[in-house]
Amino acid sequence: MTELTPVLSAHWDEKDSFTIEAYKRHDGYKAAKKALAMDPDELIQIVKDSGLRGRGGAGFPTGMKWGFIPQGDNKDHYLVVNADESEPGTCKDMPLLLANPHVLVEGVIIASYAIRAKHAFIYIRGEVTHVVRRLNQAIEDAYKAGYLGKNIFGSGQDLDLVLHVGAGAYICGEETALLDSLEGFRGQPRLRPPFPAIAGLYARPTVVNNVESIASVPAIILKGAQWFQSMGTEKSKGQTLYSLSGHVANPGQFEAPLGITLREILELSGGMRAGHTLKFWTPGGSSTPIFTDEHLDTPLDYEGVAAAGSMLGTKALQIFDETTCIVRAVLRWTEFYKHESCGKCTPCREGTWWLVQILRDLENGQGTEEDLAKLLDLCDNILGRSFCALGDGATSPITSSIKYFRDEYIAHITTGGCPFDPVASTLFETAAK
Amino acid sequence: MFTETDLEVMQSIISRYPRSRSAIMPLLHYVQSKAGYVTNEGIELISELLTIETAEVSAVATFYTQYKRKPVGEYHVGVCTNTLCAVMGGDAILEVLKSHLGIENDGVTSDGKVSLEHIECNAACDYAPVVMANWEFYDNQTVQSAKDLVDGMRKGKPTPPTRGPDSLPTWKENSAVLAGLNDGRANEGIQAGEPTLLGLVIAQSKKGGKKK
Amino acid sequence: MTTAQKQTSQVVEMITLVVDGFEVTVPKGTLVIRAAEKLGIQIPRFCDHPLLDPVGACRQCLVDIEINGRAFPKPQASCTIPVEPGMIVKTQLTSPVAQKAQQGVMELLLMNHPLDCPVCDKGGECPLQNQAMSNGQSESRFEGTKRTFEKPINLSSQVLLDRERCVLCARCTRFSEQIAGDAFITLNERGALQQVGIYEDKPFESYFSGNTVQICPVGALTGASYRFRARPFDLVSTPSACEHCASGCDMRTDVRRGKTLRRLAGDDANVNEEWNCDKGRWAFKYVTAVDRFTQPLVRNAAGVLEPASWPEAIAAAAAGLTGQRAGVLVGGRATYEDAYGYSKFARVSLGTNDIDFRARVTSDEERDFLATYVVATTTTYRDIDKADQVLLVDFEPEEESPIVFLRIHKQVRKRALKVHAIATKLSIGAEKLNANFVKVLPGSQSDAIASQELTKLSVILVGERASESAGTLTAVAVLAKKSGAKIAWIPRRAGERGALEAGAIGNLLPGGRPVTDAAARVDMQSVWGVETISSTVGRSTSEIFAAANEGKLDSLVVGGVDPLDIDNSAAALAALQKAFVVSLEIAPSAVTELANVVLPVAAVTEKSGSFLNWEGSARVFDSAVADSNNRSDLRILSAIADAMIKPIGIATVSATAREIATLGVWDGERSTFSKVKAVAPVALAENEAILTSWRRLLDLGTLQKGEGNLAGTARATVAVISPTRAAELGVQNGDALRISNSVGAITLPALVEDIHDDAVWAPRNSLGSELLAKLATASGSVVTVVKA
Repeated sequence: MTELTPVLSAHWDEKDSFTIEAYKRHDGYKAAKKALAMDPDELIQIVKDSGLRGRGGAGFPTGMKWGFIPQGDNKDHYLVVNADESEPGTCKDMPLLLANPHVLVEGVIIASYAIRAKHAFIYIRGEVTHVVRRLNQAIEDAYKAGYLGKNIFGSGQDLDLVLHVGAGAYICGEETALLDSLEGFRGQPRLRPPFPAIAGLYARPTVVNNVESIASVPAIILKGAQWFQSMGTEKSKGQTLYSLSGHVANPGQFEAPLGITLREILELSGGMRAGHTLKFWTPGGSSTPIFTDEHLDTPLDYEGVAAAGSMLGTKALQIFDETTCIVRAVLRWTEFYKHESCGKCTPCREGTWWLVQILRDLENGQGTEEDLAKLLDLCDNILGRSFCALGDGATSPITSSIKYFRDEYIAHITTGGCPFDPVASTLFETAAK
Repeated sequence: MFTETDLEVMQSIISRYPRSRSAIMPLLHYVQSKAGYVTNEGIELISELLTIETAEVSAVATFYTQYKRKPVGEYHVGVCTNTLCAVMGGDAILEVLKSHLGIENDGVTSDGKVSLEHIECNAACDYAPVVMANWEFYDNQTVQSAKDLVDGMRKGKPTPPTRGPDSLPTWKENSAVLAGLNDGRANEGIQAGEPTLLGLVIAQSKKGGKKK
Repeated sequence: MTTAQKQTSQVVEMITLVVDGFEVTVPKGTLVIRAAEKLGIQIPRFCDHPLLDPVGACRQCLVDIEINGRAFPKPQASCTIPVEPGMIVKTQLTSPVAQKAQQGVMELLLMNHPLDCPVCDKGGECPLQNQAMSNGQSESRFEGTKRTFEKPINLSSQVLLDRERCVLCARCTRFSEQIAGDAFITLNERGALQQVGIYEDKPFESYFSGNTVQICPVGALTGASYRFRARPFDLVSTPSACEHCASGCDMRTDVRRGKTLRRLAGDDANVNEEWNCDKGRWAFKYVTAVDRFTQPLVRNAAGVLEPASWPEAIAAAAAGLTGQRAGVLVGGRATYEDAYGYSKFARVSLGTNDIDFRARVTSDEERDFLATYVVATTTTYRDIDKADQVLLVDFEPEEESPIVFLRIHKQVRKRALKVHAIATKLSIGAEKLNANFVKVLPGSQSDAIASQELTKLSVILVGERASESAGTLTAVAVLAKKSGAKIAWIPRRAGERGALEAGAIGNLLPGGRPVTDAAARVDMQSVWGVETISSTVGRSTSEIFAAANEGKLDSLVVGGVDPLDIDNSAAALAALQKAFVVSLEIAPSAVTELANVVLPVAAVTEKSGSFLNWEGSARVFDSAVADSNNRSDLRILSAIADAMIKPIGIATVSATAREIATLGVWDGERSTFSKVKAVAPVALAENEAILTSWRRLLDLGTLQKGEGNLAGTARATVAVISPTRAAELGVQNGDALRISNSVGAITLPALVEDIHDDAVWAPRNSLGSELLAKLATASGSVVTVVKA
């Protein structure tokens, strides 16, 4: 049985956990002080050695990303933290920032120093006012404490950190769209190359990292790469936040070593909601192909999930039980992609428009088997044909659900309607029992 | 409508960034904090401050869902109807609120108090179904709690957010926070709800109860 | 480094790749889509445009690519991928994956596209229609609801947008931002609702808006003037050259049944690339809008102009000129060949050097400057491309030579080319070029010029208005000599450079031959077969009018001149009244009203010929309207010369071109340039200011007549004063400002901008601001400025 390993969440139970005082009670900002006394390249090496991989979904090695920044180029470098957490099912960064914004600020200080950036930005989604408050206050307090601004920690280093608040656009989680948005444009993805490491924000070398990735750095600096390495699996090192939601007895955040299974998390948390069974789930948000109860023992690390035909993504474990209509679920996700498509490329913009119409017909019992074939062919024309991964993601729920639940789609067609009672899957239903 | 003080605030927002155009988003939030929505006057002012075309400002303003090009209520209610919340009750809540308030999606009550919008995933899935009011969290909502919430809004005394300040700020007040201004309320409210702490609590119990 | 080494280092690296089994070698940096084109393999595309930054948005050009055995896991947009050695590309022709990907994208593009091809202007020349046929499937599987929008909306008085037809390739918005620097149209909203639009009611009033209509790959953007007028397959297209300015745009003129219906930008990589300005595109109705002369007119004994036959009119003209002291005014719009005809006619038939093409404010300093520094020199667009700095002197490229503006803008955008603008007022164009604005009081340009630091890689672009302040051209010459910078003189009109080379000016014979140089005269005497050519420098435009008024000239031959382009128009009109005037014109004008003989001539679209653009490069064109009976100036001048028994023997364009070709280049000494000192500014009394102005691209110009949709996009007429003066006068933006002198007054809305405190600016020839007509002055003189 894998044990839970609270690191980031270790002190969230303290009522003032979000204050600078609370953070400092638990060694807060010691890592930054330590880091600033080191050589930046040494820091990059420690993060490389730790095996930390991007927690935003793609799992790219963080230290390697930092190492891509050209040094001695006499250009401004930028660190941009991606706090635009918007992938359906994903709910780890916002509670983290609400409970402990300082760990991110400290991570930013260390990462900026490592990549020789004098200016860092946190791009946070705009629909979370209280998280914005907490983070803004944390930044203000860090400035007051001399951890940000001129000559931070008396090290001679300068660092400015700006909190940039988004305004409702899922696409801005895509790193190049985020950069365009941060530059004051419509958040549409950029052509790559050039990659952000060469020409990112303001066409300068830029590192874009997820909140959890950067927040993981202070502990690595304090406790060492070895400590971090000791957790997780062969290629997926360290501990991470798993977010359990949906038809379970107890949803919530679980910090565990990479490679824990859903079966273990369910056992720890109390299982499915009473009287119900697991039907399907997402391992890492709606853009990752769905799993079923076949996959309860799949190790939730980058390799394990990929081997089983999906992606670890953001470790957003959305759990649905047998009361949930798969067609309804997929239609709603598809409507989300249609709403969030940025409009830049044809396959995603037009494709999601069409997919929604077909799925709506299917859910209403007005579809045909031909429609199913058309859906799959359309997905084939969108996947890998779109400009960025948003279009790809839009096809994941459709193709994976048809793979596992084709019969249920057919049932909608043959019975001329949806065979499910939506009331049965609500939370109120659970509460009423 | 924008005063000298507003212009000073807007200049200070611009000065946060190495390049002025980056300030367009906080400036649009700021315009909403003053005018309630992105007015033409606001767009024209931003265009002037950033020396870019008005068309470029409106191109940005219309891209992002949170910028409203027409007035919303003093309390803007968003019901998450992305799959997980929808299935767990979001759809039912939205339907009930529409009929309870007598407005459609994107509508505003005639008294200007409440506006309604179905929203996408708001990063609180472990608290589903989720309702947002002026972008503050209302966790684990039911049809009844949501009705109570909007009734309170119409009476001027809305229920406080679940994870947020001690009372619900207005749309304009919160827009100023999104523009990056500190309203001094960061320390209000809880640090985390139960689901956030669930893993920690379980880990602690396995190790023999609460540390310290 | 030896010359050979230098050449080697400049050689572009070539890369060989394989497309659909065929090898092709292209320069490094070439995009796959264009490497394929080189083999004649057409990959379908919409967003791709060779002059816009790659964007990869439409995804229509997907192909399979492998590099050295490593295949991309998914098809790639060939419009964004540069070629690499060892690359193997499989297009739709050889890759089923690429073909399916392209068909899939096409189906998605057509899904929301209306089936209104039968009523769409683009039908028949529509990339979407064509590529749907060549690369799409025959039937759509879409059975759902199409996206609908309100049918066409006006982006300006000239450009309409049908959002239902739009495929969101963003060519138009990218053009506006990247090429024109006018981000007046943008993509708005998001996802499937994304749409092109303007801000509220702020119209798409870019001088270059028409290009978006031309590059729109569907029928979404249309020009109001061409909408519903024709089917592409009913049009006869003729390559042509633009007659509006000295930029020298390559054009295409589309004619149906003898009537020009539209003009498009042609493709000349060295000049206009694939762009033109809206004036060049849409201002062509002047040919038909005005009441054209259909036959010659001769003033009878009663002093009334009456129709005459051609032989009668030619005889009358010859009679009025033979044995008389005559001068020739040729305007700035004549073709090179016509100007050569006037030049030869003056010398051979009239025996005079009294000829001037400069129907505007001129100076002797300018005449000498042209002879020493401009004629037979070659500064080109390529020099702008390579320049380290560009200095603008009394020249507003966006208003006065728009393609020069686009070229500078391109270099500013691509490599931050440094631009300095010595001007009397900050202009929109200078702002778009990020120019270092050197503000001067009208008349005081020379000091500012002298303080510039240029190098031999720099280019000085000096406009025709430099003649309006003494010493300016002298300062330019001195600066060029000191720094080694190249000079280019950019007049406004299309014919001026050609007329200069043709010797339609008092100090020069064709090919830059000084009239004062005996050897130069001998050259021309032998070509023209005349015994003598006068060695006296001829009179300028204003001197010719003055001489006529003083009785020193008896007759005038006038072609394409508007007296209101000259600062002393009263003197001009008096001279025309007094002298025997032969007028060659297309339509009634102030000159024809006073002429003794009026000879109708062909408009540009009705004849062939060439213009020399500001570079001195020939822009050759054919007659677009083939069945016109109208005669060229050249043919008429030849007829008169014959009747005078002093033939010039060049009745056709080809004969003229042949004769010009035999002249060769003048290899003798250029005439020396005498420096001219600037005049100290006059002391101003209260409420007085120095007037300064220039012509806007879109204004009351004769060649813009009859095109209301275009006129609707002209910039607002304003009078510009400095903040200091505005404060003194208690004037704010929009308040009425009265500018007056002893001749007259105009009242315009004020605009407070960056201008010298002692100056006031107004457009030279815009509605409500006809400076030469109302104030008989356009620059450099003292006017009174008060709040109206």
